[in-house]
Amino acid sequence: MSKSTIQARPLSPHLQIYRFTPTMAMSIAHRITGGALYFGTLLFALWLLAAAGSLEQFDFVNGLFGSIIGRIVIFGYSWVLIHHMLGGIRHLIWDTVHGLEKETSRRLAIANLVGSILLTLVIWVAAWAIRGGL
Amino acid sequence: MADMRTPLNKVRGLGSARGGTEHFWRQRLTAVSNIPLMLFFFGFVAVYAGAPYEEVRAALAQPVVALLIGLAFISVLYHMRLGMQVIIEDYVHDEGWKIALIILNTFFPIVVGAIALYALLRIAFGG
Repeated sequence: MSKSTIQARPLSPHLQIYRFTPTMAMSIAHRITGGALYFGTLLFALWLLAAAGSLEQFDFVNGLFGSIIGRIVIFGYSWVLIHHMLGGIRHLIWDTVHGLEKETSRRLAIANLVGSILLTLVIWVAAWAIRGGL
Repeated sequence: MADMRTPLNKVRGLGSARGGTEHFWRQRLTAVSNIPLMLFFFGFVAVYAGAPYEEVRAALAQPVVALLIGLAFISVLYHMRLGMQVIIEDYVHDEGWKIALIILNTFFPIVVGAIALYALLRIAFGG
């Protein structure tokens, strides 16, 4: 690398120097939720694999997913998914150069959190209703 | 050898990695396709969570269900590989570790995808 690129340049200060804001929190959450979703895909691939296998294999995996911990993980995963999805929609809005104003982006950040909780609950309740109707 | 090119000139056009905006664009493209596909998959899992073996298999054997879930996995796995690559590049500064993790980041989605697609095809074709 040439000398010109490694001369001392001003660096932006790191995270801890900034005042905590909703946009900052949702930005961090977007990355953490993305990382969690990454590894969780394996769980659902294994669920499909178990369904493709024998009854015993399926019941074993279904038993794990149906346990208290399994239910918490799956419900948590679904909320994390919706949170990341709404966060992504926020990014797509920003890509069109809309919603970048301070107050608008702050409201979008809060809407991201509130919306993710509401939408997750709505989908689970709807699924429950559909299953009850089966 | 003296390099006469300025740093700005080096990153113009396709940028220093010669990749242009491909990464950015594919991240957005798969983000858009993820929305309907993952809403469908979430709904499917929510409805069939805890359902018996035969019922889950019968649902997964339907062509539309198998295709949508297969597409959901492909779209999500591609998207998450791009995202994890950025996380690795941001936080892993050691060259050796970075390359090793970038390689693993390619293998992991392919393995998950292979498992999911194999399972879907086996159910669909009644293996």
